[in-house]
This record gives sequence, structure tokens and C-alpha cells, in this order.
Amino acid sequence: MAINWFKYSSPASFYSLAGKMIPIFVILAVVLLIAGLYVGFFVAPTDFQQGEAYRIIFIHVPAAWMSMFLYVVMACWAGIGLAFNTRLSSMVATAIAPTGAMFTFLALWTGALWGKPMWGTWWVWDARLTSELILLFLYIGFMSLQAAIDDPRRADKAGAIIALVGVINIPIIYFSVQWWNTLHQGASVSLNQAPAMATTMLTGMLIMVFASWMYSIAVILKRTRVIILERESHTAWVAELRKKEAI
Amino acid sequence: MKPRHKKLAAITAGVAALGVAAILVLNAFQSNLVFFFSPTQVMANEAPIGKSFRIGGLVEMNSIQREGDSTTVRFAVTDTAQVIPVVYTGILPDLFKEGKGVVAQGKLSANGVFEADEVLAKHDENYMPPEAAEALEQAAKAQKAALTQ
Repeated sequence: MAINWFKYSSPASFYSLAGKMIPIFVILAVVLLIAGLYVGFFVAPTDFQQGEAYRIIFIHVPAAWMSMFLYVVMACWAGIGLAFNTRLSSMVATAIAPTGAMFTFLALWTGALWGKPMWGTWWVWDARLTSELILLFLYIGFMSLQAAIDDPRRADKAGAIIALVGVINIPIIYFSVQWWNTLHQGASVSLNQAPAMATTMLTGMLIMVFASWMYSIAVILKRTRVIILERESHTAWVAELRKKEAI
Repeated sequence: MKPRHKKLAAITAGVAALGVAAILVLNAFQSNLVFFFSPTQVMANEAPIGKSFRIGGLVEMNSIQREGDSTTVRFAVTDTAQVIPVVYTGILPDLFKEGKGVVAQGKLSANGVFEADEVLAKHDENYMPPEAAEALEQAAKAQKAALTQ
């Protein structure tokens, strides 16, 4: 059976679909979060060098991965919105930005907390840390630019350009530890190598990554729904919805 | 091509062009993006002379010497090819150990000793429980013993 995907590019049908999907992702996020934190704090062993302080990876690594991944997704939707003039794509891009910015901040903040006892400093201007900070500025720039323009369609277009230009920063963040000498260590988990990590540690971390995914999807769907209502408030279907809710 | 496909092609080309520009810029600034210099680079006079810079490498085995009761410590940084002696006064980070990564900021004195005013530990990407680390060490020792026999 072929699904007519274009049906869901209409804000009205996406609104009801998203409404049905949110509870599923919320439940998955909560379950995975509890499981991940349990494995991370009670099952995973102590590290041979860092002792207990290494447990920051259960928050830091998922946050850093999500910060980069969400940016790519945001730029893709913004780009599709720009190319095909699809309103919903741009709304999704706008909905992703705050969550991406939150994960970027979380990655920087937890990294600083870990860096002080382990490296001996809160912050250094090495390539990895600096490019991740630039990512935070890109998210903030995207959000402030969109907030500064009153016409939502023009705001979408302007935001899309920032988002697309900023995509270049993502490979720079990811490969910075390989391309240049950095204080930040190399990747412990990568696609072409066996992970340099004990199995239970890796399991805990991956569960936390899935939890972050589920959380992000739930929050982004919710935010998209709010944006749809806001922008479509003049349409007949929203008026009808309002009548139904009032009863 | 439909107009929207043209638009998509233009966006793709634009991003690709920016990517190429970014690669060129990063290449041009290569030396400024380096957080630290390795002992080999320092020996080859690639590091700035007379200015403060960072050296990075491993703390050489059995090189740490503490001076009396003071917090002054002497050690050597190596990249397994070249060795540079370092002197530092201050508190060392938790992960500072022989055989582990280190980044020190300071100046190279005339007698070839690097006078550091900041020492940071560079952590590696390996995470494992202490028992596993011990087992690895035992295995390495056994291998070494087998080789020397």
C-alpha cells in the first residue's frame, strides 16, 4: 500500500498526526531515560583513569551528538522549505532550533564541568570547543533572525540561509579532533572502528542517545503543533478546532 | 527543469561553493588552528620563537622529578621521536601521569628547557574499568617478557 506522504505536508493533517505521535515518543523518552541513567550510574563500572568523573559522558556525548545531528536536520528542512516553498518544512526547522541550542549548551556546560577536574581548565580555545561554541551562536543567530522578522514566510527564508551556511560547521566540529591537535580527545565511538569503551559503558551511553532522540522528537512535534496553530489561526480548520475544544 | 528544481540545484551549488571556500580558508589558517606543537615540530623550529606557545605529547616514563618540598616539578614531553624537558611550578591536574597525554603552555628557554606556566592533561579516548586496564597491562608485560627471552 502506498502512503500519500504529501497528505502530511499539509499543516492541518500533520497537526492531528503529530498529536497522536507525541504520547508514544514521550513514553519512550521517559522509559529510555530511566533505563539509561540506571545503567549509567549503577551498572557501568568506574573508569580506570578518571574514576567516577567519566560518568559525564552519559549526558555529554548524547548532548553533543544531538546538537550536531539536529542542526543537520534543521538545515535540511529549512533548505527543503526554501526550495519547494513548503510551509510545514520551514515550521519544523523553526521548531528544531531551540532544542538544538539546548543540547549544544548542555554539551558545552557539562564539558566545562568535566574539564576543570580532568584537564585542569574550564575552557580552552581549541578547535573542537571553539567550533561547538560557534554552533551555539548559529542556533541563537537562526532564532533571533527569525524572531526579528515579522512576516513568517520571509523569516523562514532568511533563517534557511543562515541554517544552510552554518552546515559547513558540522563536519568541522566532527573532524576537528582528527584534523588538528586539540586538547579534546578523539572519538571513542565511530563508524569505522570498534568502540574504545567497555561494553556496559557503551550500552548506557547508547540508551541515553536513544532517549535524547525520543525526547527531541516529542518536543519538536509539540513545538511544531504550536507553530502551526499560531500561523494558521486565520484558517477555517483552526476555527473549527477552537469550537470543538471550547465544548 | 521545473523552477523549484532549479532553486534546489542553486541552493545545493551554493552550499557546495561555501564548503569549498571553507576548506580553503581552513587550509590557509592551518597553523593558527593548531592547539599545540609536538616536540618534533619544536625541534624543527616550527613553533614560534620567543613567544608563548603550547607543546603536547606524552609524559615520558620515569621522567617526573619533584624538587624538594616546593610544587616545582620537572618532566619530559615526548612524541616518541623527540623529547623536550619541561619545568613547571603549580598544581597538576588529576590525569597528569607518566605515559599519558599532556599539553603545556609556556616559553622555550635558551637552554632548551620549556618553562611552562600552565599544564593541562590531555585525556585519551579509552574508557574501561580498572580490572580491564590491569589485565591489558599484564598482557603487555607478558608480551614484552616473551620478546626479550
